[in-house]
Amino acid sequence: MADRYDEMHDGGGNARPHYRAFDQWLTVTPAPRIEQKRREAELLFHRVGITFAVYGEQEADERLIPFDIVPRIVPAAEWRVLEAGLRQRVLALNLFLNDIYHGQEILAAGKVPADLILGNAEYRPEMRDMDVPGGIHAHIAGIDIVRAGRGEYYVLEDNLRVPSGVSYMIENRRMMMRLFPELFAKQPIAPVDDYPELLLDVLRSVAPNADDQPTVAVLTPGFHNSAYFEHAFLAQQMGVELVEGQDLFVRDDTVFMRTTRGPQRVHVIYRRINDDFIDPTVFRSDSQLGVPGLFSAYRAGRVTLANAIGTGIADDKAVYPYVPDMIRFYLDETPILQNVMTYQLRKNEDLRYTLDHLSELVVKEVHGAGGYGMLIGPAASQAELAEFRQRILADPAKYIAQPTLSLSSCPTFVESGLAPRHVDFRPYVLSGRQIHITPGGLTRVALREGSLVVNSSQGGGTKDTWVLES
Amino acid sequence: MLCRTANDLYWAARHIERAENTARMIDIAQRIDLLPERTEAGRQEAAAWKRVLEALGIAPAYAARHGEATPERVLRYLCLEADNPSSIYACIRTARESARAQRGAITVEMYEDINTSWLEIRALGNERFESEGLPRFIEWVKTRSASFRGVTVGTMGRDEGYQFMRLGVFTERADCCVRMLDIKYSEPLTGEAGDARKALGYYQWSALLYAMSAFETYRRLYRTAITPERVAELMILREDLPRSLAACTAAIHGVLQLLSGQPKSEVVRQAGALAAETRYGRIDAILAEGMDVYLERFMGRLFSLAAEVDRHFLLANDVGAAPAAK
Repeated sequence: MADRYDEMHDGGGNARPHYRAFDQWLTVTPAPRIEQKRREAELLFHRVGITFAVYGEQEADERLIPFDIVPRIVPAAEWRVLEAGLRQRVLALNLFLNDIYHGQEILAAGKVPADLILGNAEYRPEMRDMDVPGGIHAHIAGIDIVRAGRGEYYVLEDNLRVPSGVSYMIENRRMMMRLFPELFAKQPIAPVDDYPELLLDVLRSVAPNADDQPTVAVLTPGFHNSAYFEHAFLAQQMGVELVEGQDLFVRDDTVFMRTTRGPQRVHVIYRRINDDFIDPTVFRSDSQLGVPGLFSAYRAGRVTLANAIGTGIADDKAVYPYVPDMIRFYLDETPILQNVMTYQLRKNEDLRYTLDHLSELVVKEVHGAGGYGMLIGPAASQAELAEFRQRILADPAKYIAQPTLSLSSCPTFVESGLAPRHVDFRPYVLSGRQIHITPGGLTRVALREGSLVVNSSQGGGTKDTWVLES
Repeated sequence: MLCRTANDLYWAARHIERAENTARMIDIAQRIDLLPERTEAGRQEAAAWKRVLEALGIAPAYAARHGEATPERVLRYLCLEADNPSSIYACIRTARESARAQRGAITVEMYEDINTSWLEIRALGNERFESEGLPRFIEWVKTRSASFRGVTVGTMGRDEGYQFMRLGVFTERADCCVRMLDIKYSEPLTGEAGDARKALGYYQWSALLYAMSAFETYRRLYRTAITPERVAELMILREDLPRSLAACTAAIHGVLQLLSGQPKSEVVRQAGALAAETRYGRIDAILAEGMDVYLERFMGRLFSLAAEVDRHFLLANDVGAAPAAK
């Protein structure tokens, strides 16, 4: 397996130092016990109802995300670098967002093409010159990280709109501690359970003016949403109300929720509804999910939305290649985390190269997410390649291309036993008056042999992620 | 608490309680149905089942769908029919949906428990239902309901949500108690005279006590033979029995006082009047008025109270109301 980095085993097939304790446990624990625990995990997840909905599947209204009991372990030294890199990156992204909705210095300096931003559907002119508390736009960020080649980390994608999955980070850990408490005595594994508390702190810290006891609510599209479980989970863990649009109303630019004791003011909304649906009087008028008048209250500074409206411009795939430039421009620092080499098909040169090497590349829609609407060249048939070529030619600016990375693998239980499967990693970065990064994250695993697609909507599973404290 | 949340919790609790009470009603119908005297008298077997449908107010819906009432068909209709919104299956499904929509407002254990009930009844199917038998199914429903009640009492914070769930439980239980009495009291007396009729009466009244888990309490309280007057008194007026109207209305009154915080509000007034009437009522006065009249009037007042609860707490029609002082 020289062509790919395995998280657990080195080239000689031996467990890496940070995996030794786990490897030993795996060796001495009888297979039937592990098998029984795996079944128990499945039963527990089902009973607890940690399920998610899949778009485009009628019957699978609720499905379990497969959970694998082999953890992804990140050694302390690697985490220190990742943490510094994440902090730097999210700091720069927030500065970028505040800049492009205000003075647009980065555009004036020619570091990012103005037309790429101002002509982008993800750029919200409604946000121009709006001051948000602390200048923070992306309060919650999920940064997708992969490991390739000989083990270098790359940022594959920044998720700054409504990144999901953090509930799995917490639930997977709880599950592992419930199933295998003995493992946690062997190594100092950093806890992740305080994430909801930190999230609440961050949300409170960005309330409008200095309100002593700001009321926070989580706004969900409702239980048909694929991430509803997470919305409810976070609201419960934070001890705040989980509201739908119908529970809120706006009067005099002030947001209230309808309670059994009458209307109650809401100061901060952690919204898990996309920009388009948030207020039918400003954005999509057919939205049943949002709250009429919410944007006006927002602009008046009477309520804080987290994340802010218009953060999608900074995680757009067409803007992604410029994040290292943002770090240099705003922070005057060298980027700690690398981007994946990216061809921008709106550039003729890159377009030509991509069309010539389509079967080697991964092509993504710039506004796409969740593994929908992408081409994996090496896995595509001739017909698929030809069809995608037509789609690219019809509108090249809609696409970027990247080399097919040989993602790192991690041993995973599959039908035939333990086998390497590709993994990625999404840590979460919280930005309020301070930046918090929980030592952990969501590790997704592609369960099909050889597959590189880890999205849960495409049949991926998850693993617990252990960041070692020493 | 959000109106919508309160409403969902109230109905989750009501539906779980309703599932249990439907099981109890099936229990009494089956006990009456199996009484040897009845069979010997050659009476129409399905009468008891018809009366359950009538007491639940779903006789027309049943007739439109299945026509004649046979014990097997009514049983399936009441237990497992997905399209019958009153079936035990549908009650558990609805309760679970409400709990799922509000899983942030309940504990993990509560959701696990209600989800377990749903997964099990969904997996049951007609075949196993028939092979395992009705008594086992009734036991299962009662055990699942008891489990949810226990997990609720044992894990849920004593917040507003908890009170709305209690409100749902006791509202539904009071409703069921009236309907159970209604089944028994709408039973036409047989034409036979003397001991046989007495014996039949005895079995029927004891069937009612068994179905209400009230047999032991009756014995302990009265220490004498089972008489219709005393059974009625126990079920309506004795707070000793946790499923009696007196116990339910007292609990409802207490919950509403807590929730409303305004002792003079209409919702508290109505609940208080109901509670006082059962606490200080006399069985001879009720029987003199006529049980059927009494039950019908009582049901009307329960409906009126439930409507007032909706208006006061659960319906989010307060858009025009002035925001609470902050």
